[in-house]
Amino acid sequence: MLSGKEAKMEISKLQKKILIILLLLCLIAPLGIVIPAFFNAGEAWGEWSAQTVKELVGYVPQGLAKYSDVWKAPLPGYTMNAGDKSVMHQSGYYIISGIIGATITYIVMLLISKLIVRNGE
Amino acid sequence: MHIPDGYLSPQTYIPLMGVFVVSAALAVKNVKKEVSARNIPYLGMAAAFSFIIMMFNLPIPGGTTGHAVGSAVIAILFGPWAATVAVSVAIIIQALIFGDGGITAIGANCFNMAVFMPFAAYYIFKLLSSNPAGSARVFFAAFISGYLSLVMAAVLTAAELGIQPMIASSSDGKALYCPYNLSISIPAMAIGHLLLFGIVEGIITALIVSYFFKNEPGVIYAFRKGGKNGD
Repeated sequence: MLSGKEAKMEISKLQKKILIILLLLCLIAPLGIVIPAFFNAGEAWGEWSAQTVKELVGYVPQGLAKYSDVWKAPLPGYTMNAGDKSVMHQSGYYIISGIIGATITYIVMLLISKLIVRNGE
Repeated sequence: MHIPDGYLSPQTYIPLMGVFVVSAALAVKNVKKEVSARNIPYLGMAAAFSFIIMMFNLPIPGGTTGHAVGSAVIAILFGPWAATVAVSVAIIIQALIFGDGGITAIGANCFNMAVFMPFAAYYIFKLLSSNPAGSARVFFAAFISGYLSLVMAAVLTAAELGIQPMIASSSDGKALYCPYNLSISIPAMAIGHLLLFGIVEGIITALIVSYFFKNEPGVIYAFRKGGKNGD
Protein backbone atom coordinates (compact mmCIF):
# COMPACT_ATOMS: atom_id res chain seq x y z
CA MET A 1 0.00 0.00 0.00
CA LEU A 2 2.77 2.41 0.82
CA SER A 3 5.36 1.08 -1.59
CA GLY A 4 3.60 2.36 -4.71
CA LYS A 5 3.63 5.89 -3.40
CA GLU A 6 7.20 5.79 -2.19
CA ALA A 7 8.50 6.88 -5.58
CA LYS A 8 6.27 9.95 -5.51
CA MET A 9 7.67 11.11 -2.18
CA GLU A 10 9.85 13.82 -3.59
CA ILE A 11 11.76 15.86 -1.08
CA SER A 12 12.27 19.48 -2.08
CA LYS A 13 15.44 21.48 -1.52
CA LEU A 14 13.85 23.29 1.39
CA GLN A 15 12.72 19.99 2.90
CA LYS A 16 16.26 18.63 2.62
CA LYS A 17 17.48 21.75 4.42
CA ILE A 18 14.90 21.22 7.17
CA LEU A 19 16.00 17.60 7.67
CA ILE A 20 19.61 18.77 8.08
CA ILE A 21 18.51 21.43 10.59
CA LEU A 22 16.56 18.80 12.54
CA LEU A 23 19.66 16.60 12.71
CA LEU A 24 21.75 19.59 13.89
CA LEU A 25 19.13 20.31 16.57
CA CYS A 26 19.52 16.71 17.81
CA LEU A 27 23.29 17.21 18.01
CA ILE A 28 22.98 20.39 20.12
CA ALA A 29 20.07 19.04 22.21
CA PRO A 30 22.36 18.47 25.25
CA LEU A 31 22.15 22.26 25.75
CA GLY A 32 18.69 21.36 27.07
CA ILE A 33 20.29 19.58 30.05
CA VAL A 34 23.60 21.47 30.39
CA ILE A 35 22.18 25.01 30.51
CA PRO A 36 19.51 24.26 33.18
CA ALA A 37 22.21 22.55 35.29
CA PHE A 38 24.46 25.63 34.91
CA PHE A 39 21.67 27.92 36.14
CA ASN A 40 20.85 25.51 38.95
CA ALA A 41 17.29 25.02 37.70
CA GLY A 42 15.45 21.87 38.73
CA GLU A 43 12.61 19.87 37.24
CA ALA A 44 9.66 21.40 35.43
CA TRP A 45 6.85 22.46 37.77
CA GLY A 46 4.49 19.57 38.49
CA GLU A 47 6.75 16.91 36.98
CA TRP A 48 8.52 15.82 40.16
CA SER A 49 9.18 12.23 41.15
CA ALA A 50 7.17 10.80 44.08
CA GLN A 51 10.32 11.15 46.21
CA THR A 52 10.64 14.86 45.39
CA VAL A 53 6.96 15.45 46.17
CA LYS A 54 7.58 13.89 49.59
CA GLU A 55 10.40 16.36 50.19
CA LEU A 56 8.19 19.26 49.03
CA VAL A 57 4.95 18.60 50.92
CA GLY A 58 5.98 16.03 53.53
CA TYR A 59 4.03 13.04 52.15
CA VAL A 60 3.46 11.10 48.96
CA PRO A 61 -0.18 11.47 47.88
CA GLN A 62 -1.79 7.98 47.76
CA GLY A 63 -2.90 8.25 44.14
CA LEU A 64 0.51 9.50 43.10
CA ALA A 65 2.16 6.54 44.83
CA LYS A 66 -0.27 4.17 43.12
CA TYR A 67 0.03 5.54 39.57
CA SER A 68 3.55 6.94 39.34
CA ASP A 69 5.10 3.61 38.33
CA VAL A 70 2.26 2.43 36.11
CA TRP A 71 4.50 2.51 33.03
CA LYS A 72 8.12 1.44 32.61
CA ALA A 73 9.47 3.41 29.67
CA PRO A 74 12.43 1.78 27.88
CA LEU A 75 14.52 4.99 27.93
CA PRO A 76 13.22 7.01 30.88
CA GLY A 77 14.43 10.61 31.06
CA TYR A 78 16.11 10.49 27.61
CA THR A 79 19.06 8.54 28.99
CA MET A 80 20.37 4.98 28.91
CA ASN A 81 22.01 5.25 32.32
CA ALA A 82 20.43 7.71 34.76
CA GLY A 83 23.08 6.94 37.41
CA ASP A 84 25.98 8.06 35.21
CA LYS A 85 27.24 11.40 36.60
CA SER A 86 29.41 12.30 33.61
CA VAL A 87 28.04 15.34 31.75
CA MET A 88 29.79 14.09 28.63
CA HIS A 89 28.10 10.68 28.81
CA GLN A 90 24.69 12.16 29.61
CA SER A 91 25.04 14.51 26.64
CA GLY A 92 25.75 11.51 24.43
CA TYR A 93 22.73 9.62 25.78
CA TYR A 94 20.62 12.73 25.21
CA ILE A 95 21.75 13.02 21.58
CA ILE A 96 21.06 9.33 20.95
CA SER A 97 17.63 9.63 22.62
CA GLY A 98 16.87 12.70 20.50
CA ILE A 99 17.82 10.95 17.27
CA ILE A 100 15.86 7.79 18.19
CA GLY A 101 12.80 9.76 19.29
CA ALA A 102 12.80 12.24 16.42
CA THR A 103 13.30 9.47 13.84
CA ILE A 104 10.45 7.35 15.24
CA THR A 105 8.22 10.44 15.44
CA TYR A 106 9.09 11.36 11.84
CA ILE A 107 8.40 7.85 10.51
CA VAL A 108 5.15 7.39 12.48
CA MET A 109 3.89 10.78 11.30
CA LEU A 110 4.80 10.00 7.67
CA LEU A 111 2.99 6.65 7.86
CA ILE A 112 -0.11 8.21 9.45
CA SER A 113 -0.11 11.02 6.87
CA LYS A 114 0.26 8.60 3.97
CA LEU A 115 -2.63 6.53 5.29
CA ILE A 116 -4.98 9.48 5.67
CA VAL A 117 -4.01 12.03 3.00
CA ARG A 118 -5.66 11.38 -0.33
CA ASN A 119 -5.39 14.77 -2.07
CA GLY A 120 -3.16 15.36 -5.07
CA GLU A 121 -2.42 11.75 -6.02
CA MET B 1 3.99 20.90 30.76
CA HIS B 2 4.06 17.08 30.52
CA ILE B 3 1.80 15.90 33.34
CA PRO B 4 3.21 12.63 34.76
CA ASP B 5 1.16 9.64 35.93
CA GLY B 6 -0.36 10.08 39.38
CA TYR B 7 -0.89 13.84 39.24
CA LEU B 8 -4.41 13.72 37.78
CA SER B 9 -7.38 11.84 39.27
CA PRO B 10 -9.33 9.43 37.03
CA GLN B 11 -12.20 11.95 37.22
CA THR B 12 -9.88 14.32 35.32
CA TYR B 13 -7.81 12.15 33.01
CA ILE B 14 -10.64 9.94 31.73
CA PRO B 15 -12.82 12.83 30.43
CA LEU B 16 -9.71 14.51 28.95
CA MET B 17 -8.79 11.25 27.23
CA GLY B 18 -12.30 11.21 25.77
CA VAL B 19 -12.03 14.79 24.54
CA PHE B 20 -8.64 14.02 23.01
CA VAL B 21 -9.88 10.89 21.20
CA VAL B 22 -12.78 12.84 19.67
CA SER B 23 -10.40 15.69 18.71
CA ALA B 24 -7.95 13.25 17.15
CA ALA B 25 -10.73 11.65 15.08
CA LEU B 26 -11.84 15.09 13.86
CA ALA B 27 -8.21 15.96 13.13
CA VAL B 28 -7.75 12.87 10.96
CA LYS B 29 -10.95 13.69 9.06
CA ASN B 30 -9.88 17.30 8.46
CA VAL B 31 -6.26 16.51 7.57
CA LYS B 32 -7.62 14.12 4.94
CA LYS B 33 -9.62 17.00 3.43
CA GLU B 34 -7.08 19.79 3.81
CA VAL B 35 -3.58 18.46 3.31
CA SER B 36 -2.19 17.71 -0.12
CA ALA B 37 0.08 14.71 -0.66
CA ARG B 38 3.11 16.84 -1.49
CA ASN B 39 3.01 18.33 2.01
CA ILE B 40 3.30 14.90 3.69
CA PRO B 41 7.09 15.21 4.19
CA TYR B 42 6.50 18.55 5.96
CA LEU B 43 4.13 16.89 8.41
CA GLY B 44 6.73 14.27 9.34
CA MET B 45 9.29 17.03 9.84
CA ALA B 46 6.82 19.09 11.86
CA ALA B 47 6.22 16.19 14.27
CA ALA B 48 9.97 15.53 14.58
CA PHE B 49 10.60 19.25 15.14
CA SER B 50 8.05 19.32 17.95
CA PHE B 51 9.71 16.27 19.53
CA ILE B 52 13.19 17.82 19.38
CA ILE B 53 12.26 21.35 20.43
CA MET B 54 10.68 19.95 23.63
CA MET B 55 14.09 18.50 24.58
CA PHE B 56 15.53 22.01 24.86
CA ASN B 57 14.77 22.64 28.52
CA LEU B 58 15.14 26.28 29.43
CA PRO B 59 15.97 27.34 32.97
CA ILE B 60 14.45 29.95 35.23
CA PRO B 61 17.70 30.51 37.20
CA GLY B 62 17.45 28.78 40.57
CA GLY B 63 13.93 27.64 39.77
CA THR B 64 12.14 25.36 37.38
CA THR B 65 12.58 24.49 33.72
CA GLY B 66 10.24 24.59 30.76
CA HIS B 67 10.38 24.42 27.00
CA ALA B 68 8.75 25.48 23.74
CA VAL B 69 6.35 23.02 22.07
CA GLY B 70 6.26 24.05 18.41
CA SER B 71 2.47 23.79 18.13
CA ALA B 72 2.03 27.43 17.08
CA VAL B 73 4.34 27.36 14.08
CA ILE B 74 2.93 24.02 12.90
CA ALA B 75 -0.65 25.32 13.21
CA ILE B 76 0.10 28.48 11.18
CA LEU B 77 2.06 26.67 8.46
CA PHE B 78 0.05 23.45 8.07
CA GLY B 79 -3.23 24.13 9.89
CA PRO B 80 -4.36 23.45 13.45
CA TRP B 81 -5.72 19.97 12.64
CA ALA B 82 -2.40 18.88 11.13
CA ALA B 83 -0.69 20.29 14.24
CA THR B 84 -3.02 18.21 16.42
CA VAL B 85 -1.90 15.01 14.70
CA ALA B 86 1.81 15.93 14.52
CA VAL B 87 2.23 17.12 18.11
CA SER B 88 0.12 14.22 19.46
CA VAL B 89 2.48 11.74 17.78
CA ALA B 90 5.46 13.49 19.43
CA ILE B 91 3.78 13.54 22.87
CA ILE B 92 2.70 9.88 22.71
CA ILE B 93 6.22 8.75 21.73
CA GLN B 94 7.71 10.88 24.53
CA ALA B 95 5.39 9.14 27.00
CA LEU B 96 5.79 5.57 25.71
CA ILE B 97 9.53 5.49 25.07
CA PHE B 98 11.00 8.19 27.31
CA GLY B 99 8.53 8.32 30.21
CA ASP B 100 8.12 12.07 29.61
CA GLY B 101 4.48 12.69 30.53
CA GLY B 102 2.26 9.96 31.94
CA ILE B 103 0.43 7.16 30.15
CA THR B 104 -2.78 7.95 32.02
CA ALA B 105 -2.16 11.64 31.24
CA ILE B 106 -1.69 11.17 27.47
CA GLY B 107 -5.20 12.52 26.83
CA ALA B 108 -4.61 15.57 29.04
CA ASN B 109 -1.14 16.30 27.66
CA CYS B 110 -2.27 15.91 24.04
CA PHE B 111 -5.35 18.03 24.70
CA ASN B 112 -3.28 20.84 26.24
CA MET B 113 -0.34 20.93 23.84
CA ALA B 114 -1.72 19.34 20.65
CA VAL B 115 -5.38 20.44 20.56
CA PHE B 116 -5.90 23.56 22.65
CA MET B 117 -2.55 25.18 21.90
CA PRO B 118 -2.52 24.93 18.07
CA PHE B 119 -6.10 26.19 17.82
CA ALA B 120 -5.38 29.09 20.17
CA ALA B 121 -2.22 29.88 18.18
CA TYR B 122 -3.97 29.65 14.82
CA TYR B 123 -6.84 31.96 15.70
CA ILE B 124 -4.55 34.48 17.42
CA PHE B 125 -2.43 34.56 14.26
CA LYS B 126 -5.48 34.95 12.01
CA LEU B 127 -6.77 37.76 14.22
CA LEU B 128 -3.49 39.71 14.20
CA SER B 129 -2.25 39.12 10.67
CA SER B 130 -4.02 40.34 7.58
CA ASN B 131 -3.98 38.76 4.13
CA PRO B 132 -2.12 40.08 2.19
CA ALA B 133 0.18 41.02 5.04
CA GLY B 134 3.54 42.79 5.23
CA SER B 135 6.48 40.83 6.59
CA ALA B 136 6.68 42.92 9.79
CA ARG B 137 3.01 42.23 10.49
CA VAL B 138 3.51 38.49 9.91
CA PHE B 139 6.52 38.42 12.24
CA PHE B 140 4.60 40.26 14.95
CA ALA B 141 1.44 38.16 14.61
CA ALA B 142 3.45 34.91 14.66
CA PHE B 143 5.42 35.99 17.74
CA ILE B 144 2.27 36.91 19.71
CA SER B 145 0.59 33.70 18.52
CA GLY B 146 3.43 31.52 19.81
CA TYR B 147 3.88 33.50 23.01
CA LEU B 148 0.23 33.64 24.06
CA SER B 149 -0.72 30.13 22.99
CA LEU B 150 2.08 28.58 25.06
CA VAL B 151 1.22 30.70 28.11
CA MET B 152 -2.48 29.79 27.74
CA ALA B 153 -1.68 26.07 27.39
CA ALA B 154 0.53 26.28 30.51
CA VAL B 155 -2.27 27.94 32.50
CA LEU B 156 -4.72 25.26 31.30
CA THR B 157 -2.26 22.57 32.47
CA ALA B 158 -1.89 24.38 35.80
CA ALA B 159 -5.69 24.48 36.16
CA GLU B 160 -5.98 20.72 35.59
CA LEU B 161 -3.30 20.15 38.25
CA GLY B 162 -4.62 22.79 40.66
CA ILE B 163 -8.18 21.39 40.87
CA GLN B 164 -6.91 18.00 42.08
CA PRO B 165 -6.90 18.77 45.83
CA MET B 166 -10.58 19.82 45.51
CA ILE B 167 -11.52 16.66 43.60
CA ALA B 168 -9.69 14.03 45.58
CA SER B 169 -8.41 14.27 49.14
CA SER B 170 -8.21 11.62 51.84
CA SER B 171 -10.21 11.97 55.09
CA ASP B 172 -7.23 13.56 56.83
CA GLY B 173 -7.11 16.34 54.24
CA LYS B 174 -4.11 15.07 52.31
CA ALA B 175 -4.33 15.30 48.54
CA LEU B 176 -4.52 12.01 46.63
CA TYR B 177 -2.98 13.39 43.43
CA CYS B 178 -1.35 16.76 42.67
CA PRO B 179 -0.96 18.30 46.15
CA TYR B 180 -0.98 21.96 45.08
CA ASN B 181 -4.17 23.95 44.57
CA LEU B 182 -4.97 26.60 41.95
CA SER B 183 -3.58 29.50 43.98
CA ILE B 184 -0.15 27.87 43.75
CA SER B 185 -0.24 26.02 40.43
CA ILE B 186 -1.47 28.90 38.25
CA PRO B 187 1.16 31.49 39.26
CA ALA B 188 3.92 28.85 39.35
CA MET B 189 3.19 27.74 35.78
CA ALA B 190 2.31 31.19 34.43
CA ILE B 191 5.47 32.98 35.58
CA GLY B 192 8.03 30.80 33.78
CA HIS B 193 5.99 30.75 30.61
CA LEU B 194 5.29 34.50 30.67
CA LEU B 195 8.91 35.43 31.36
CA LEU B 196 10.88 32.95 29.27
CA PHE B 197 9.37 29.83 27.67
CA GLY B 198 6.60 31.80 25.89
CA ILE B 199 9.12 34.27 24.50
CA VAL B 200 11.18 31.40 23.06
CA GLU B 201 8.05 29.82 21.52
CA GLY B 202 7.19 33.26 20.09
CA ILE B 203 10.65 33.80 18.57
CA ILE B 204 10.76 30.31 17.05
CA THR B 205 7.25 30.78 15.61
CA ALA B 206 8.05 34.24 14.22
CA LEU B 207 11.38 33.21 12.64
CA ILE B 208 10.07 30.07 10.94
CA VAL B 209 6.79 31.60 9.75
CA SER B 210 8.71 34.62 8.40
CA TYR B 211 11.14 32.31 6.58
CA PHE B 212 8.25 30.49 4.87
CA PHE B 213 6.48 33.80 4.19
CA LYS B 214 9.56 34.98 2.29
CA ASN B 215 10.55 31.73 0.56
CA GLU B 216 7.51 29.41 0.33
CA PRO B 217 4.46 31.60 0.94
CA GLY B 218 2.22 29.17 -0.96
CA VAL B 219 2.70 26.54 1.75
CA ILE B 220 1.30 28.69 4.58
CA TYR B 221 -2.10 27.27 5.52
CA ALA B 222 -3.21 30.41 7.37
CA PHE B 223 -2.92 32.47 4.16
CA ARG B 224 -4.65 30.09 1.78
CA LYS B 225 -8.13 30.90 0.55
CA GLY B 226 -10.66 29.96 3.19
CA GLY B 227 -7.86 28.19 5.04
CA LYS B 228 -8.19 25.26 2.65
CA ASN B 229 -5.76 23.79 0.18
CA GLY B 230 -5.41 26.59 -2.37
CA ASP B 231 -4.40 24.72 -5.50
